[in-house]
Amino acid sequence: MRRLILIGLPYLWLLALFLVPFLIVLKISLSDIALSIPPYTPQLDLSEGWAGFRAFLAALDFENFTFLTTDDLYWKAYLSSFQIALLSTLMTLATGFPIAYALARAPREWRPTLLMLVILPFWTSFLIRVYAWMGILNTEGLLNQLLLALGLISEPLTILNTNTAVYIGIVYTYLPFMILPIYAALEKLDDSLLEAAEDLGCSRISAFWLVTVPLSRSGIVAGCFLVFIPALGEFVIPSLLGGSQTLMIGKVLWEEFFSNRDWPVASAVAIILLLILIVPIILFQRNQQKQREAEG
Amino acid sequence: MNQTVFAPWNDPEAKPLIQFKQVTKKFGEFVAIDALSLDIFEQEFFALLGPSGCGKTTMMRMLAGFESPSSGSILLAGKDIAPVPPNKRAVNMMFQSYALFPHLSVWDNIAFGLRRGGGSKEEIAARVEEMLRLTRLTKFARRKPHQISGGQRQRVALARSLAKAPKLLLLDEPLGALDKKLRQDTQFELMDIQEKTGTTFVIVTHDQEEAMTVASRVAVMDEGRLIQVSTPDVIYEAPNSVYVADFIGDVNIIEGAAAQEGDAVTITWAEGQPPINARSTLSLSPGQKVHFAIRPEKLTISAERPDDAANAMTGKVLDIAYLGNISTYHVELPSGQVLKAQSANTRRIARRSFTWEDTVWLSWTNTAGVVLEK
Ligand SMILES: Nc1ncnc2c1ncn2[C@@H]1O[C@H](COP(=O)(O)OP(=O)(O)OP(=O)(O)O)[C@@H](O)[C@H]1O
Ligand SMILES: [Mg+2]
Repeated sequence: MRRLILIGLPYLWLLALFLVPFLIVLKISLSDIALSIPPYTPQLDLSEGWAGFRAFLAALDFENFTFLTTDDLYWKAYLSSFQIALLSTLMTLATGFPIAYALARAPREWRPTLLMLVILPFWTSFLIRVYAWMGILNTEGLLNQLLLALGLISEPLTILNTNTAVYIGIVYTYLPFMILPIYAALEKLDDSLLEAAEDLGCSRISAFWLVTVPLSRSGIVAGCFLVFIPALGEFVIPSLLGGSQTLMIGKVLWEEFFSNRDWPVASAVAIILLLILIVPIILFQRNQQKQREAEG
Repeated sequence: MNQTVFAPWNDPEAKPLIQFKQVTKKFGEFVAIDALSLDIFEQEFFALLGPSGCGKTTMMRMLAGFESPSSGSILLAGKDIAPVPPNKRAVNMMFQSYALFPHLSVWDNIAFGLRRGGGSKEEIAARVEEMLRLTRLTKFARRKPHQISGGQRQRVALARSLAKAPKLLLLDEPLGALDKKLRQDTQFELMDIQEKTGTTFVIVTHDQEEAMTVASRVAVMDEGRLIQVSTPDVIYEAPNSVYVADFIGDVNIIEGAAAQEGDAVTITWAEGQPPINARSTLSLSPGQKVHFAIRPEKLTISAERPDDAANAMTGKVLDIAYLGNISTYHVELPSGQVLKAQSANTRRIARRSFTWEDTVWLSWTNTAGVVLEK
């Protein structure tokens, strides 16, 4: 019985906070837009009993999903989100790996402090930090002032409201999610393995590729998914830092919901996004599982 | 069979392969290796013996290139190896912790070094198969290190270090996790490899029997210094100190005052007990405090006093340790000193000659033991 409760609890949690909202969104995505509150029909009216439910089901259709295929805005937004998420994941990896490596190599007594510094940004609200980037990146911002003062540029650069700013924002925001799993993998790495590799004729660099990288693979994969998955549906960063040409599905979603008040289409967009995300999430789970097995 | 004895260390002309010259290694304030000088010759099977933490691994790591001496120099074939990085040294090391690559199969672990060497695929495969056969791991070739037993892992580590057939092979406790039978077999394999390839071996072991079996010379270490470096028989029969005598095998130590006449030494050691007659080439001052060391198997145990023994003492059997092929008798002398005497169990246990509380005689010749100053 106790075990049942223990196993049941997380499922109950999932049911209440994931499955029920998901079903509601799914239902809305199958409805039609209407000028009412809430702004869609049909509404489920339980007072009419079974017949009412049948009528309700009959009124649902896949119209909104078909609509998504007719307007190329949507698939372009998905594609461009995918592209931005992928590219920024790679950039986060390129930035995060050396940092994680340096952390894992730092003297043992420094490591807790350094880790603390990696996590420190979380102490400030994410939104405030993104606003801070607006202050840094805009034409009169700190970055331009600095570059002008150094004489590296003569005209201020336009960074804010471009895709570049979006990349900077994503890399900055998700960097800790990349660093932490890679650090965890690198920290476990036994130095004598590198010595063994060198002893057997590897140079430092080839030992890095043949030993360090494969052995931190699970951390790298975990970090990449932890960045890629939220970046794909990112809304705040593209809408605050990105420009009019920045096309990301999170932004489209927001606009459908709040500007167009087209809840059914917005829900359909959300459902498709979720389906797209399921693939990397399953891959991520599999990676974690494999790692656990490898650790025996 | 080669009749000339292999003993380059006695040949002043011979050029050592490895030379430690006043090598000191410090970790912070701690002195791990203390002004150590040592020559190891080509084709030697050199065993390092010593208590835990005496610096054996540190010496190996300096040879492999993972640590550099704090002072002094190490020469390999006459050249200082300090500037040579580990991957450029013709030295392979088997790590005490094995250091197997967890992401690679047994096969790939063994092939790892060969692949850096630039042999063809077929050559590498043939060599790996050979190593697998040698270490009896053929069945486990496809497994990952975490899927095999501790002893099998040790054999993978051994195979990996042997695979490249280096000029100098460093084995840090290569056989500790193996059962006795497999250990002996592997020891003979190692000696065989050594004979066939002429590789120089430096091996760390905690098993003195192993050191005795395989080594051409044995070095006994303590706290970063060499106490004695010699052939196994000299280490065993003529240790230079109580420390070495005690470290290798079982020994009885009797403390006393020496009196010398030529090479004959008499040691007075307890009131009412006959002095011990021994021989020694040391020059001792009269009354000097010495230790007399004698191995248990050099003591003869008998019921009657033997007529012609140089030394004979009587005592009471306190304890008998039955070890199968031999028995060790603990005999308490009237002075309270307990001596251990070993004799072969040529008869069945029920029919042995002595038992607890029996009064027996212990005797030995005047050359059976050694006189030690320290
Ligand atoms: N990196 C290091 N930093 C500080 N001290 C060290 C380091 N490596 C070894 N030591 C110390 O040097 C001494 C010799 O160590 P070493 O590993 O050579 O011992 P060992 O003879 O191989 O012992 P064992 O038989 O237990 O393997 C030990 O006291 C050890 O604590
Ligand atoms: Mg050691």
